[in-house]
Amino acid sequence: MANNNDKPAIILSGMHKWYGDFHVLRDINLEVKKGEIIVVCGPSGSGKSTMIRCINRLEEHQQGQIIVDGIELTNDIKKIDEVRREVGMCFQHFNLFPHLTILENCTLAPIWVRGIPKKEAEETAMHFLEKVKIPDQAMKYPGQLSGGQQQRVAIARSLCMKPRTILFDEPTSALDPEMIKEVLDVMIELAEEGMTMICVTHEMGFARKVADRVIFMDAGQIVEENTPAEFFDNPQNERTQLFLSQILH
Amino acid sequence: MSTETKKYPVGMHPALPPPSGSVGPVRWMRDNLFSSVSNTVLTFLGLYIIYLVVPPFIEWAFIDSVVLGAESRKECLKIMGEDRGACWSFVYHRWGQFVYGFYPMEERWRVDVSFVLTALTIAIVLVEKLRAIKAVLIAAILFPVISFFLITGGSFGLAEVPTNKWGGILLTFIVGLTGIFVSLPIAIVLALSRISKLPIFSFFATIFIEFIRGVPLITLLFIASTLLSYFLPPGSNFDLLLRVLIMVTIFSAAYIAEVIRGGLAAIPTGQYEAADALGLSYWQSMRLIILPQALKISIPGIVGSFIGLFKDTTLVVIIGLLDPLGIGMAAIATTDWAGLSTELYVFIGVFFFIFCFGMSRYSLHLEKKLNTGHKQ
Repeated sequence: MANNNDKPAIILSGMHKWYGDFHVLRDINLEVKKGEIIVVCGPSGSGKSTMIRCINRLEEHQQGQIIVDGIELTNDIKKIDEVRREVGMCFQHFNLFPHLTILENCTLAPIWVRGIPKKEAEETAMHFLEKVKIPDQAMKYPGQLSGGQQQRVAIARSLCMKPRTILFDEPTSALDPEMIKEVLDVMIELAEEGMTMICVTHEMGFARKVADRVIFMDAGQIVEENTPAEFFDNPQNERTQLFLSQILH
Repeated sequence: MSTETKKYPVGMHPALPPPSGSVGPVRWMRDNLFSSVSNTVLTFLGLYIIYLVVPPFIEWAFIDSVVLGAESRKECLKIMGEDRGACWSFVYHRWGQFVYGFYPMEERWRVDVSFVLTALTIAIVLVEKLRAIKAVLIAAILFPVISFFLITGGSFGLAEVPTNKWGGILLTFIVGLTGIFVSLPIAIVLALSRISKLPIFSFFATIFIEFIRGVPLITLLFIASTLLSYFLPPGSNFDLLLRVLIMVTIFSAAYIAEVIRGGLAAIPTGQYEAADALGLSYWQSMRLIILPQALKISIPGIVGSFIGLFKDTTLVVIIGLLDPLGIGMAAIATTDWAGLSTELYVFIGVFFFIFCFGMSRYSLHLEKKLNTGHKQ
């Protein structure tokens, strides 16, 4: 196990991506260790979301390597599905399935992708819904829940697949201020339990509290990466300093 | 405005009833019928038009009409005397033909059994209490198969009844229901092909859909009845009704495919992404996530197409199949019943209205039932 734990969860090396002619990601190199919490920040359009979306192949990269849990992402659909099973994702707009109840949202993938019996999947789902503190909403539909509740369901939905890594794509950006905390609390709990997490977020308090590393991106490149303390108190790059001065007032 | 009101702490203010006159029927009439001078005038004009049309129609269709006891139009007129009403006798007299066409008298029980099975199927599919998976499967697969063998005959000791004897409501139901139930799955496949990333699928689906939609149904029916025999090997007997069924089905499939494509386009990309991110395969995400939502959005359009298809079944008259309209037109061409076209068209109209209105109401019910309060 110890040996296994030394292997990085995710490796991006020399990764480039283009949208048509537009060069979005330029020479991305990143290694994420198991259990590591990484916060990615940067101005909009800097490629943060695109980068994490490449990790479960929602976006295709054109050059370089992405290796997730020892599996390299190529055009091989089997490998892609294998990676997606082990990598959960939470979206800015939750993307819950509106025609299914909360419980069905959580059990769908375990039943169909993992082949887990319905009853067992429901027990697991209830366990995780309790963890995100909304077991009483299990029979409701997503449309009946508040944004914060929906995002917590989305987290529970990812957890039900028992992923090794969860990607968060601006999970609190679409939420009212009052609801941000309830989502962040769940994320902090996950972080403390040793989940590998890559979070694109502007919640600097969260970054400071739980991140092992903060990555700053601009214009499709990783500009700076450092521990939160160093990153916030002693940013090296000029662009980082400017960005921080703007968001931290 | 400052009346003496009690101050409540925040959150303690009781819910008060609305002020009088803001709800109720009087208020409704004031808002909707008499809200201004011109609206009041329009209201009375509308009432006057209803008065002009409805009572005379009721008198004609019900009060002065004759159903029983007349063997021809002349006898009808004799019974009615001065008050000229509708002569429904001819519908009554030709009822057997209206329902079965020229299906042999002694074999008509087979059609009756099929009607009952169809009604049962529809009940099982529509009434939630009866909707156990097994029951639906039996009803949806077994009943149509039984009906098929019953109506065509030629096996299980039943006499064969050739399709050119089929007619009337039986024919309408066969063409309509086959078209409806076979075209939907074809339409789903066509819609998915058309939006497929694989060019070969989208190319052929697009060509097919655009060709079928660009041609009137009448033309397709003519192709089915005449042109097709030129292409088929001589002597091959490819049943005319079967040809018609195929044409009607692909015609409606092409339209419904476009409706479904619209529904698919309305599903946010986030849904596809969430399904992908969970590791669902293409077919799983289509079947479990995308199609249920897309079909739900498409219900009004799909049912619209179904209604159109059901009514278009009357077009088979043109290539010599006798649906109720054809039967009726043949009936009023006889000397006994000549001149009863109003009665015929009212009767056919009511027949189609009942079924089309039923479908329309069911679609509304379905929309309401499937609404899970999702508005993004």
